[in-house]
Amino acid sequence: MKKVKKSPVSILYSALIFLFLYAPIAVLIVYSFNANKSRGSWGGFSLKWYQSLFEDGAIMRSLYTTLSVALIASLVSMVMGTLAALGMYYSRRKVRRLLNNVSSLPLVNPDIVTGISLLLLFTFLGFKLGYVSLLLSHIAFCVPYVITSVAPRLYQMDRSLFEAALDLGATPSQAFFKVVLPEIMPGVVTGALLAFTISLDDFVVSFFTAGGGVSTLSMTVYSMTRKGVKPEINAISAIMFVSVLLLLILINLRSSREAKKQKQVRR
Amino acid sequence: MKKFRYASLPFAVYALIFILAPLILIVFYSFAGPNGGLTLEHYKAFFNFEDPVYLQVLWRSIKVAAVSTLICLALGYPMAYILSKMRPGLRDTMVFLFVLPMWMNFLLRTYAWMTLLERTGLINTLLGKLGLGPLDLMYTQGAVILGNVYNFLPFMILPIYNVLVKIDSSVVEAAQDLGANRFVVFRKVIFPLSLPGVISGVSMTFMPAVSTFIISRLLGGGQQALIGDIIENQFKVVGNWGLGSAMSVALMVLILAAMNVARKYEDENAGGNVLL
Repeated sequence: MKKVKKSPVSILYSALIFLFLYAPIAVLIVYSFNANKSRGSWGGFSLKWYQSLFEDGAIMRSLYTTLSVALIASLVSMVMGTLAALGMYYSRRKVRRLLNNVSSLPLVNPDIVTGISLLLLFTFLGFKLGYVSLLLSHIAFCVPYVITSVAPRLYQMDRSLFEAALDLGATPSQAFFKVVLPEIMPGVVTGALLAFTISLDDFVVSFFTAGGGVSTLSMTVYSMTRKGVKPEINAISAIMFVSVLLLLILINLRSSREAKKQKQVRR
Repeated sequence: MKKFRYASLPFAVYALIFILAPLILIVFYSFAGPNGGLTLEHYKAFFNFEDPVYLQVLWRSIKVAAVSTLICLALGYPMAYILSKMRPGLRDTMVFLFVLPMWMNFLLRTYAWMTLLERTGLINTLLGKLGLGPLDLMYTQGAVILGNVYNFLPFMILPIYNVLVKIDSSVVEAAQDLGANRFVVFRKVIFPLSLPGVISGVSMTFMPAVSTFIISRLLGGGQQALIGDIIENQFKVVGNWGLGSAMSVALMVLILAAMNVARKYEDENAGGNVLL
């Protein structure tokens, strides 16, 4: 096909779309260093919003909740999701299809429906809303992400590898840990990172399942925005943006490194 | 190896309790009467044609989501097309850059627009410097639509891009050899081939837009409440769980129906894992 030359129109258009996507975030980050409280004027460079952010007990507590929930939820999902993908791989087609459909429910349902349905469950069971209900809910919507990143790895794997290991005298568990697991490990790690990021980002499900006493960072930000704009939120935004950027670069570096490795193997 | 089948058991049990049972409970609560027993009153209250307060909100949600989706399509298609024409190395970086803002907490992204649109915000400050009066940009339907477009535009661009980039260039060349000009090639070859991507982009934009409750709350204020807002209100403020559940079921049915229609036309590769 005739290569379309990079016309100035398409460069301008891309630049405008990027401006639209990034300008609001950039403004937030710039204003997080503004000494003035009002956003109308620039009062010089200052780190005082970061300082008051770290001195704010409620924010720091919610940061701790967010991080610990994301960490535990992603680790539990990693184990449960990997096992699920493995079991589904060896299951009959009907069972596999059923499990696949169930695991896609949290992905296709609107977050608000997922959140409310879990709220109803905990109330129905008489389970007190709090840290544990928050954690259980996060695991529920994180596992499907692990399954979707592990499953393709299993299907790429040579099925006879496992049998070869057994023929050579390995026990099934040795064969799993020494042969299968290393093969699917990249998918497992990517799935766990994905689960961690999704959990970190969640607001809606946490909002319905955390109860009054516990708050995630998103929930704290939400209650702050309802009381009007606070400069500390700008500082949180900057920190969260940078952390997500680092996480994503990590995930992408991993997957591109793997793509390269695979190419070499094929050669 | 049959033993490995049981590896999915923990997830099966977990999913039964925390994915399936909760959804069944929503349906149950939506039919549950005050003294046990089943009732249709919650659905009647929602679909009340004499006093259609809730239906008006539902209609507004669908309208706002549809307009937002159309704007995303109009802005996103050309962008996806431009992306698909870039050389591969640059292309991957650009796609990464599109995904990046999506990963920033959407609450913060929406909050960012609050600081821009407010009466004392950046846009009104700049307008003031030009001698133009402060405009009421916040708490309008336009602000809600803007918030939707901003939050969901990448969901439109990526699936379309994924399909465009896979179009076999020999098909395009064949059309050109047969004398079609660039416009005809686009209208008769490229656009029809990209339809699966358009459909998955439309569904991935419309669905979160129709069920959102934060964007409308923060940017639209009280007057622009959407279906998500009134569902949240039923659970968090009013405490009428039956009505809230009935609305959730209606929303779920609406979305699942839309998904089913979309899935019929969708290319399997277009919708999958567009995020990474």
